[in-house]
Amino acid sequence: MSAISTASPAAAVVNGGCGAPAGAALDGVDLSRAAVVTGVVRRDGAPLAGAYVRLLDSSGEFTAEVITGDEGAFRFFAAPGSWTLRTLAPRAATVDRDVRSALGTVAEVTIDL
Amino acid sequence: MTTARERVLVNADWVQAHLADPKVVLVEVDEDVSAYDKGHIAGAVKLDWREDLQDPVRRDFVDKAGFEALLSARGINRDDTVVLYGGNNNWFAAYAYWYFKVYGHEDVRLLDGGRKKWELDSRDMVADVPTRPASSYVASGPDTSIRAFRDEVVASIGTKNIVDVRSPDEYTGRLLAPAHLPQEQPNRPGHVPTALNVPWSKAAADDGTFKSDEALSALYGGLDRSKSTIAYCRIGERSAHTWFVLHELLGLADVRNYDGSWTEYGSLVGVPVALGDEPGAA
Repeated sequence: MSAISTASPAAAVVNGGCGAPAGAALDGVDLSRAAVVTGVVRRDGAPLAGAYVRLLDSSGEFTAEVITGDEGAFRFFAAPGSWTLRTLAPRAATVDRDVRSALGTVAEVTIDL
Repeated sequence: MTTARERVLVNADWVQAHLADPKVVLVEVDEDVSAYDKGHIAGAVKLDWREDLQDPVRRDFVDKAGFEALLSARGINRDDTVVLYGGNNNWFAAYAYWYFKVYGHEDVRLLDGGRKKWELDSRDMVADVPTRPASSYVASGPDTSIRAFRDEVVASIGTKNIVDVRSPDEYTGRLLAPAHLPQEQPNRPGHVPTALNVPWSKAAADDGTFKSDEALSALYGGLDRSKSTIAYCRIGERSAHTWFVLHELLGLADVRNYDGSWTEYGSLVGVPVALGDEPGAA
């Protein structure tokens, strides 16, 4: 089992725009060392704030959970690999979506409830 | 007979029925300290885990006098029933619960499922901040029998139960922090040798409520009940959740929360660290 790399590849800092939704902006994050999973939760095509998105690892174990912001956005700093996004929201059935993450990339997922 | 669970845990219906009870004080504690300002349960006061519960200079609790001043300002009395709840599946509410116990508050309870369950049930939330007359709170303690410090953790390797309640990826060393946080952290990855990995999340359902006593007993079946237990995570809030399960729900005798946790242990010079899926040798 390897530890997290301590090598420092060339920094590739991404700046989110001013309108980036709270909780999902990537300002100041060194993406070359991150495996980001981000996305939007929608209901009837409209962004849904206040949904709970949990990141489950390949064995189904909980790794993290966030609440979507005003733009329905969520974001995780995952390790590279396979993950499941489980979304819970009031008056909605639970939705599971699989996603793969890799170092230096941003995996984007749209979740429709 | 009142069970341990009934003394320390209340459900949303109980809270709803006690909203006007003057001896019941609802207290919200969140990691996202802006959550309360966007809406909270009617009558609830806010505790900011960082501003209110940490010493502003050293890495430690506020002292007894500071805790007394804080609770007095919030209008909480020593004989009140304090019901804590919050986001992140009650992580910081459980931390505050443990903290209230360190300073001797007798009747503290958690709202099962916390803020998430309340929201998922579409129960009412308000923006109004209540005004409570200031009290003269007198604390006791601190009770260090429920708190572990670093030297004790090092000495416990191979002699006590040590439970690492972080996610498997943090335990093995693949992640340095929960995945909703950036991963650039100053401490080394890994876990305390011999620590069992029982993620806090296994003790709760998806909606944040605690599992049944039977399920919880089975979950911690790997612990040697004849030994003392130390729980840790990254900064001590998720392990407070596990401390609540082990000490308050299951009634294990000597359970301590190591709130220095991995951010401290993983920065110590000269201590053993294990990497990978196995607990590792003492």
